[in-house]
Amino acid sequence: MSAAPAYHSETLVALRGVDKAFPNGTLALSGLDLDVRSGEFVSLLGPSGCGKSTALKIIAGLSEPSAGRVEWRRTPAAENKSRIGFVFQEPTLMPWASVFDNVALPLKLNRTGTAESRSRVVEALHRVGLEEFGRAFPRELSGGMRMRVSIARALVTEPALLLMDEPFAALDEITRFKLNNDLLDLWQALRTTIVFVTHSVFESVYLSSRVVVMAARPGRAFSELAIDAPYPRNNDFRTSAGYAALCRRVSEALAQAMAAGEAR
Amino acid sequence: MTTSRPSTAHSRESGNPASGTSQGAGSPLPRGRAEAQLRRANRDRLLRVALPVLVLALGIAIWEAVVRIKNIPPYVLPGPGLILQTLFADWSLLWQSLLVTLATTCEGFLLAAAGGVGLAVLFNQSRLLEYSLYPYAVILQVTPIVAIAPLLLIYLPQPLAVLACAWIVAFFPVLANTTLGLHSVDRNLADLFALYGASRGQMLWNLKLPSALPYILGGLRIAGGLSLIGAVVAEIAAGSAGAGSGLAYRIAESGYRLNIPRMFAALLLLSVAGIAIFYLLSAVNYFALRRWHESALAAER
Repeated sequence: MSAAPAYHSETLVALRGVDKAFPNGTLALSGLDLDVRSGEFVSLLGPSGCGKSTALKIIAGLSEPSAGRVEWRRTPAAENKSRIGFVFQEPTLMPWASVFDNVALPLKLNRTGTAESRSRVVEALHRVGLEEFGRAFPRELSGGMRMRVSIARALVTEPALLLMDEPFAALDEITRFKLNNDLLDLWQALRTTIVFVTHSVFESVYLSSRVVVMAARPGRAFSELAIDAPYPRNNDFRTSAGYAALCRRVSEALAQAMAAGEAR
Repeated sequence: MTTSRPSTAHSRESGNPASGTSQGAGSPLPRGRAEAQLRRANRDRLLRVALPVLVLALGIAIWEAVVRIKNIPPYVLPGPGLILQTLFADWSLLWQSLLVTLATTCEGFLLAAAGGVGLAVLFNQSRLLEYSLYPYAVILQVTPIVAIAPLLLIYLPQPLAVLACAWIVAFFPVLANTTLGLHSVDRNLADLFALYGASRGQMLWNLKLPSALPYILGGLRIAGGLSLIGAVVAEIAAGSAGAGSGLAYRIAESGYRLNIPRMFAALLLLSVAGIAIFYLLSAVNYFALRRWHESALAAER
């Protein structure tokens, strides 16, 4: 809709006419087209059942599309795939391992040397403000801290693309606002690309440079809105009239998408 | 931890004067309630130890009294006093036998642990192997060991037959539990491992086995008791063939000789061994899981 900043222009990964049918016959996605541009923060917003999580798993390569293609640009797909970070709705930590070992997991799996792994884990923990908690176990932490560990683990490989599947949905509002701000800071500092799945209009507007509204039954991209408010955004933005107006526009788009989903 | 300590110290300070009066217990303040809860928990713990001990003492007293009053001869029913005397008098004999039985039990248990976990891992890696062999594992489990033992004694040398019995009874719970554990991996964690390109070995070693650990330990706890039972059953079956020197053999032998006090003494030792095995494995379970698994943390609340 509006001109995106220059570093947004290049497509990092694109879904082209992607269908996903599950063995039980459910059509989770039908003809989904989605461009993820380098450096942008794009949210997939939609009602439950619109296939937004499925789309994320397809981008990650955790799920194969039934039809259509996933196209990676610029560099070989294999190289890009090794640089994906994924954050689930649950923190999804190994309960038997310390915070340090949890964050070190991706490096351990790709056999990074101990010394390098160590310094990168320390850095990732520092980025999410948990440098003091390396030796703690997940169950000793609060929900918000566990989610920070999960984010640190996703960042430890310095991913080109960070996929987040409703990561803050289970948290209380105060913790969620705090993590929203921290996530924006991280995004700005790391210049990574984020695809963020959410069912919250307010969260999607606050965070994203672009919101893709999805409709359900079958899941598809319904409309797309650029959120052209400048970064860095903070609590002033959250209480501004501009934010409220953007939320209203996105809400209306979502309402239309839901009506379209029901009409079918 | 750090937050709970000051709050309990606080409740002790303010709760002590109130605890003497009846108002303190019913006070609506959370502090008073916490205090009452703590006291109830303490009393509960005391009762859990005291009541079984009391029942035991009562039972022994009644037993001794009945034996004395009715003048029951020891070859029909010996009194607890006589059993204890026999235990001390025959200690060297019984101790040697206990060691034999415990050795068999331990070997059977270790083989069952290795076999159960090993087979479960193999089944987990190869579906074809699982389909081919699992039914036979079930058949081994459901056929009563008492019926298999005499056959094994015909085909195997006696110590090996006893060991085989201990193994057959004990390995199945380990196999079944480990299989369950290996299948109950968090799906998202499995996705995460796949995303980072984990090899099969990494998946097994870093994800599946740790996830299955609580289940494996649960299986081992059952297997410990069962391997003792397997060893005893085989020894008794072997005993009738006139060989062996384990504790169960002593029981069978004492039975034939109408040395009932020694039968009871050997039985007592077997029970104590069973209890010791159970608590030993519970302790292992606790120390392996205490930092992360719910089952080991329940007491904290």
